[in-house]
Amino acid sequence: MSCGNSCNSNTTSRRGFLTSMAASAAGATAGLTLAPGVTLFSPAQARARGKGEAASSKVRWGMLVDANKCDDGCTACVDACADENGWQGEGNPATDAQWIRKVKVTDPGTGKSQSLPMMCQHCEEPPCVDVCPTGASMKRADGIVLVDKHSCIGCRYCMMACPYQARSFVHEPVSGQRTHAPRGKGTVESCTFCVHRVDEGQQPACVEACGGTKRGALTFGDLNDSESEISKKIATYPTQAIRSDLGLKPGVRYLGLDT
Amino acid sequence: MTLRTIISVLVATFVFVAISSSAEAAGRVTIPEPAKGKGDQCVADTSFMRKNHPSLLKHQRDDTLRKGIRGNEFSLKECVACHAVDGKDAKPVTYENPEHFCRTCHAYVAVKLDCFECHASTPDKKRQANELPKKHPPTNVLSSWRDLSAQTCEGG
Ligand code: HEC
Ligand code: HEC
Ligand code: HEC
Repeated sequence: MSCGNSCNSNTTSRRGFLTSMAASAAGATAGLTLAPGVTLFSPAQARARGKGEAASSKVRWGMLVDANKCDDGCTACVDACADENGWQGEGNPATDAQWIRKVKVTDPGTGKSQSLPMMCQHCEEPPCVDVCPTGASMKRADGIVLVDKHSCIGCRYCMMACPYQARSFVHEPVSGQRTHAPRGKGTVESCTFCVHRVDEGQQPACVEACGGTKRGALTFGDLNDSESEISKKIATYPTQAIRSDLGLKPGVRYLGLDT
Repeated sequence: MTLRTIISVLVATFVFVAISSSAEAAGRVTIPEPAKGKGDQCVADTSFMRKNHPSLLKHQRDDTLRKGIRGNEFSLKECVACHAVDGKDAKPVTYENPEHFCRTCHAYVAVKLDCFECHASTPDKKRQANELPKKHPPTNVLSSWRDLSAQTCEGG
């Protein structure tokens, strides 16, 4: 059963079982269809806010990347992000859009390497927001770090401040954008946690795509809700923030890092 | 002449030249005739929309992007969807085309929008397989997380 590797306890309660089922079914949607017309939503991950309701600081969105389940060579998350948000590499790494990329880290001591996705870590203390001269770099109430492109002047201070190299700058005029992901020349951009989907109660495109490969290396959810799948995993397993020495308290955490 | 008069004269001349040249082209100054949107009515009273759409859009923009409020009426995505105008090929025209709803009046009032440098000016369509992105960024190869910060400098 595809649920096998995402069940996170041996003493699976009925509810926990359904929840993890729903989570592994999240490859397709955020819910599990039990019977036609009867859909189970796992409690924490997929509640769309009502019309006109603002993002709330009661929620802290986060992502957990399980390094043990991520394969070198698989780019399902990157491809899904590019498709969802309408960006594409032009074969020029120095200037290409990079909302998400794969990183391969090799421990020089042991020679063991790991492959992981790297994107905006949605820091609680984001240095990009600190250095922005116009207030365009911002953190939403629910912890999602964004560029308000309406006030971005393209100075790129934020790109230099980011220790994850998670932001990129649009160098060329853009056409054929997705209606839900406006982007254009002269502004900085980065992973938005697919804010347009999250606001509708869906999962980010990368999480859905990773689930679709049956790897299930990505878990998205509310870190403030102790009942959410992500919070339970973080409470159960040792997880790590990359460059935790910087004290930025990222919303993205990693499981099973060797380095 | 005071500076003020000079400026007024200059502005008047400019306006006159601008009007007379476009009037020459069209024979006379053509009054814009925006295509009617889909359905019976706009998201607010038509005359109210004519006058107030810039500030409505600006507020909705901040509400949506900065506060995360979705589903309110003055969404640019929705204006574009409901006010789509089909071209000769029966596909919605982009902002490149002077027939685009959001261009019809603006030329007349000398407003130039930058919105569509980022925002799609036509409703979403399902992307074809051959339009999907093919290239993705290369894998970064690191020996320590600290190397992350150095990446683009080395690469570029
Ligand atoms: C559900 C469809 C719909 C949506 C969404 C919509 N409109 Fe309209 N709009 C219309 C219709 C229909 C009319 C014509 C009404 C009439 O004839 O009185 C109209 C008229 C207008 C007019 C006046 C045009 C004229 O002939 O003078 C403006 C300006 C306008 N809309 C702007 C907007 C903007 C800006 C938005 C987005 C915030 C928007 N509309 C969203 C349907 C829509
Ligand atoms: C540099 C790029 C850029 C430019 C230029 C730009 N926008 Fe946006 N806009 C965005 C992004 C990014 C979003 C966030 C989309 C989301 O989260 O759904 C957005 C969201 C919005 C929204 C809320 C979403 C919606 O469709 O209702 C409105 C309204 C809006 N912009 C209006 C405008 C208007 C009006 C202009 C021109 C005066 C403009 N924008 C120019 C990038 C841009
Ligand atoms: C009925 C005519 C008409 C139509 C149709 C129209 N506009 Fe306008 N628009 C105006 C006028 C007139 C102004 C200038 C208002 C002013 O300066 O107070 C304006 C100004 C604006 C501004 C402010 C620009 C600036 O630089 O200050 C924005 C943004 C805007 N329109 C967006 C739109 C969008 C988006 C659409 C298409 C959905 C649209 N308009 C369709 C008449 C129109």
